[in-house]
Amino acid sequence: MAEKFPQPVVDQIYTLNLGPQHPSTHGVLRVLLDLDGEIIIKADPVIGYGHRGHEKMGENRLYKQFMPNTSRMDYLSGMIFNHGYCLAVEKLANIEVPERARYIRVICSELNRISSHLLWFGTYVMDLGGFTPFLYAFDDREQILDILDRVSGSRLTYSYCRFGGVTADIDYEFVDQTRAFLKRLRSRWPDYHNLVTKNVIFIHRTRDVGVISPQLAQEYGVTGPSLRAAGIPFDMRKIEPYEVYDRFDFEIPVGTKGDALDRYYVRMEEMEQSCRIIEQALDGLPKGPFINDEVPSSLKPPKGEVYFAFESARGQTGYYLVSDGSKYPYRCHIRVPSFGNLNVLTEVLRGTLVADAISILGSVDVVIPEIDR
Amino acid sequence: MGNEVGTSWIRLIIGLLIVIGFSQINALFLVWLERKVAGHIQLRPGPKEVGPFGLLQTIVDGIKLIGKELITPLAADRKLFVLAPVLIFMPVLVGFLVLPFGPQLILRDMNIGVILVFAFSTFSVLAILAGGWAANNKYALLGAVRSVAQNVAYEIPLLLTVMSVVLMTNSLRFSEIVAAQGKVWFIFLQPVACLLYLICATAETNRAPFDIPEAESELVAGFHTEYSGMRFGLFFLAEYTNMFIVCAVATSLFFGGWYGPFGFDLGLPGVVWFLLKTYLLLFVIMWVRWTFPRIRFDQLMNFSWKVMIPLSLVNLIITAAVLKFV
Repeated sequence: MAEKFPQPVVDQIYTLNLGPQHPSTHGVLRVLLDLDGEIIIKADPVIGYGHRGHEKMGENRLYKQFMPNTSRMDYLSGMIFNHGYCLAVEKLANIEVPERARYIRVICSELNRISSHLLWFGTYVMDLGGFTPFLYAFDDREQILDILDRVSGSRLTYSYCRFGGVTADIDYEFVDQTRAFLKRLRSRWPDYHNLVTKNVIFIHRTRDVGVISPQLAQEYGVTGPSLRAAGIPFDMRKIEPYEVYDRFDFEIPVGTKGDALDRYYVRMEEMEQSCRIIEQALDGLPKGPFINDEVPSSLKPPKGEVYFAFESARGQTGYYLVSDGSKYPYRCHIRVPSFGNLNVLTEVLRGTLVADAISILGSVDVVIPEIDR
Repeated sequence: MGNEVGTSWIRLIIGLLIVIGFSQINALFLVWLERKVAGHIQLRPGPKEVGPFGLLQTIVDGIKLIGKELITPLAADRKLFVLAPVLIFMPVLVGFLVLPFGPQLILRDMNIGVILVFAFSTFSVLAILAGGWAANNKYALLGAVRSVAQNVAYEIPLLLTVMSVVLMTNSLRFSEIVAAQGKVWFIFLQPVACLLYLICATAETNRAPFDIPEAESELVAGFHTEYSGMRFGLFFLAEYTNMFIVCAVATSLFFGGWYGPFGFDLGLPGVVWFLLKTYLLLFVIMWVRWTFPRIRFDQLMNFSWKVMIPLSLVNLIITAAVLKFV
């Protein structure tokens, strides 16, 4: 893009403060843009407005008391964050998980992934100026929230997983609702594709915009759909299959160019793959207990440390926990995908237009509270 | 002689009062219509609480806006800042003077009616530039700059398409242009011009997908970022009144004005046909807004200079050649 425009005159450069309150920064992100006309000379993301000290909080409470915090970091895929935290602690304390609980967790996590991607789809098209798909996507997402609300009692911050299982078993109605939702969602794809994917304006706004090359992505630690759009099939569910993901037949969609359009395609295809996983999990749902009753209320894992990485809706997420043998973790650190995905923008935004900046910012799908923690 | 002058003055004053009243009520109605259309497109009912079908919602909103504080930023150019909302509504009213609502329902059937409408609609750019500049806000300035570039780019093809219709009727008088469409509407003779006109008119009124001067997700609110209360309301109402005017002009230039299709008027008076077609066009513009994402600024300019202007020029030349030699 850069070579298409004339070189900037230095004394015409001015700074535009995009955020922290701006319709398109989704939360409290602030980006300092140095502009020449509408061309971005330099982009500098400023983070930390939503800092709540989650990691420090983790050191001051019981292992299980940290559970609600996890779903408040990435509030759009809270279930996956709960799930990952449970897996990390279970690995640290060697806790057995019943088969049925594993399947339930996978189903709920994938439902959550779809809801997160649907929200991204809606808000991304809204960033590009199309308001209607936003409400269509929210209509579908509402079904997922209802399903998860029924089983966990909460719409966003679930805290549904427990060490050794889940809080409550799922029933026939849950299974029926989920199947009905999958059918409904699949009947909606043609609408979405006619309204957005095939739209000429949409394609022009995203094709060749914000290209993240595989090298650049790896330098900045970009993960998730943004990395896969660059052509690297990196997904923790396949690379190091955790839980029961190795039992399901699903594909990792990858892009070719790494532009915003590829990221869009990858996410849309990922929703379909999540549908396939949920279907297979519902078909093979085993009977049995849904929680390991032997896990004590105040867990004291043996001395040691653990790093457990999993795939959230935005990329590779990891919990690093150090136990000194007491009821409280000695150190609790979280690796979040949005941090790398956001910082790569300093390179990508250079030489683009303000309108492109919005398109690129939306296409990498960052959730600011998970960066700020 | 003196009597005639007297009646024409009375006629003008009464006409102006009707125009002001109609344009305000019409703008309020259009805001309601837009919200209703948007609602139904987006699987929700739209306004429905205040009045029957929510018809009074916009009036209530207007009262709320009047009650709000008019904030002038400290760094703003006060005079220009206050003037801009007034400036944007003034030219909009002039357009109503020459619109042919019916065979007898033209306030002033001027022989330069077409030119008058477009000459005054250009004023709105000036108002947007004044407002965006005076606010002394970077978002507002960006919006204003975009708006000027966009309007310059789209006024050229707009006028070129209008010229091809004028060539066919040899008149700039709205009544004569409409009268020439008694049997065949010009959309069937000038389909390309009609399409180009509708695209340009959408861009001219800053409507999505060409709403880049206010691009909500990029520039917060564009040129009217710093406006509050009824000053913002005036910008808002002017946008809808502008929409009505470009659609009314489209109706008279391409869709046969007060005539029914193919000479069948089904016993309805001309003004009913005229308003029916105008509101149908307005509905199309609203429908487009709630369907398409926004075009990027440089793509918009490319589209105008590389596609719209050559196409409208070719169309004009072909029209001229056909009229001359056939």
